[in-house]
Amino acid sequence: MREQFYFAFRNRKVVGGLSVILGLLVLGLVAPLFADYGPNEYVGPPAAPPSGEFLFGTTTFGQDVFLQFTTGLRSTFLVGVLGGGIAALIGMTIGFVAGYRGGLLDEVLNMLTNVVLVLPALAVLIILHAYLGIKSIPAQALFIGAFSWPWVARAVRAQTLSLRSREFVDLARLSGMGTMRIIRREIAPNMSSYLLLTFILLFGGAVLFAATLDFIGLGPTESVSLGLMMNNAVHWSALHLGLWWWFVPPGLGITAIVGALYVTNVGLDEVFNPRLREM
Amino acid sequence: MVMLALEGVTKVYQVGAFGRRKLTAVSEVSFDVGEGEVIALIGESGSGKSTIGRMVLRLASPSGGRILFGGKDITGIREHDYRREVQGVFQDPFSSFNPIFRADRVLHMIREGFFPRLNNAQWMSKVEAALESVSLDPAQVLGRYPHQLSGGQMQRMLIARALLLDIRLLVADELISMLDASTRIDVLNLLADLKQRGLGILFITHDLSLGHYLSDRTVILRRGEVVETGPTTEVFAAPSHAYTRLMLESVPRLHQKWESK
Repeated sequence: MREQFYFAFRNRKVVGGLSVILGLLVLGLVAPLFADYGPNEYVGPPAAPPSGEFLFGTTTFGQDVFLQFTTGLRSTFLVGVLGGGIAALIGMTIGFVAGYRGGLLDEVLNMLTNVVLVLPALAVLIILHAYLGIKSIPAQALFIGAFSWPWVARAVRAQTLSLRSREFVDLARLSGMGTMRIIRREIAPNMSSYLLLTFILLFGGAVLFAATLDFIGLGPTESVSLGLMMNNAVHWSALHLGLWWWFVPPGLGITAIVGALYVTNVGLDEVFNPRLREM
Repeated sequence: MVMLALEGVTKVYQVGAFGRRKLTAVSEVSFDVGEGEVIALIGESGSGKSTIGRMVLRLASPSGGRILFGGKDITGIREHDYRREVQGVFQDPFSSFNPIFRADRVLHMIREGFFPRLNNAQWMSKVEAALESVSLDPAQVLGRYPHQLSGGQMQRMLIARALLLDIRLLVADELISMLDASTRIDVLNLLADLKQRGLGILFITHDLSLGHYLSDRTVILRRGEVVETGPTTEVFAAPSHAYTRLMLESVPRLHQKWESK
């Protein structure tokens, strides 16, 4: 464990990726605290370019783009953690149980996984959002999580299948450990690095899904998010009016978060797998 | 006195999609193990000997027949109580230890399940006694990782693990097949020592000489069926089944070079 921290802090990809993510997280958590007005309030001159007073300029209506951006970062992280967490929880539970128990239960869970796997997640989410009118970010995260777990279940199941037949699992059974304890204490620790990487990928995936849904106008409309900012920018012809400061920050923000997550992922892969380490 | 008895035990595996094909791993096997007796279960790869071991350990359930322990069907005994008296050691020490944890974890797993009421000092003295009884130096092996121990040390530690419980039967599945020749005899002598103390051993092996060294009685398996059974000295001196004779002839001798027949 200590060795892995050592290599993690010497890996430039991990350090670089994590600093971008943490930097944006801190920005999102701290910056809105200093504003004495809300992100959707009309506070400045309309369509003003970036200045000392409004760092990222204002929208056509005079809303503070910097405040919208930093508030939007919060919802992006929230949807990533919740959506990724829910997908990880469902996928890992199904994968572990199916792989360890085997038999009929495995066949049923596998069938369920395959059904959800072939569903076009984005299309389903668009339909669900359009019909149900998702109002809050946690609800959006729940739906995203509910449709992005199948590949996790398949991968975890495959790894569990190979670990299950190892003799230390038999030994744990002989020592009187129950199924759940064996999964938690014997099998999962053997793939902890993989599970962490899985969560990072799910986090990035959930952020992208949420941004897509917000951008096409199906996200929670009451809150502020990076995708919704871009949706508004398109809606009010920011591109044609030359208001680049309205849509570039949210676009770059999403790209930076997801890109940094993937770079961290590759870096952590090198940390956990010595064969991939650059000398 | 009979401790463990197998009566017509059969194990059929369902293979292929939706279990359409059947594979009979063990077919109508019957034999028994007396109190403090060593039975050698000898067979080639795929003869079903390990499956029998797993069924005796209740890691797999028979599809037919009964296994009796102390006269009672083992499916009627609480698993926890059964495991206090019957334990196993497996072939591959390197896969018996979870590679990411310290090796003595296999000992401490027993504590949670079976001795939750002992305090730390009592438990440690019990662990040390068990390690010493398999001639391991506690100071040398406690706190080490599996890759820091030798194969022989690992197998001894696994035997010590079984001895933490007051077991009456040890299932030793290819216990020494993966050890080198010099450590092999030490572990074998350890088993002989345990036998002296009244422990019954089901010694599963493919190696005739190892089976002969230790056992009171021998059961020869072939393709899931018992082909010959009897006191070890008789089976080895005057094998009655053609397969046993073939096996005995195919053992390489120490002072004999290969020559075509």
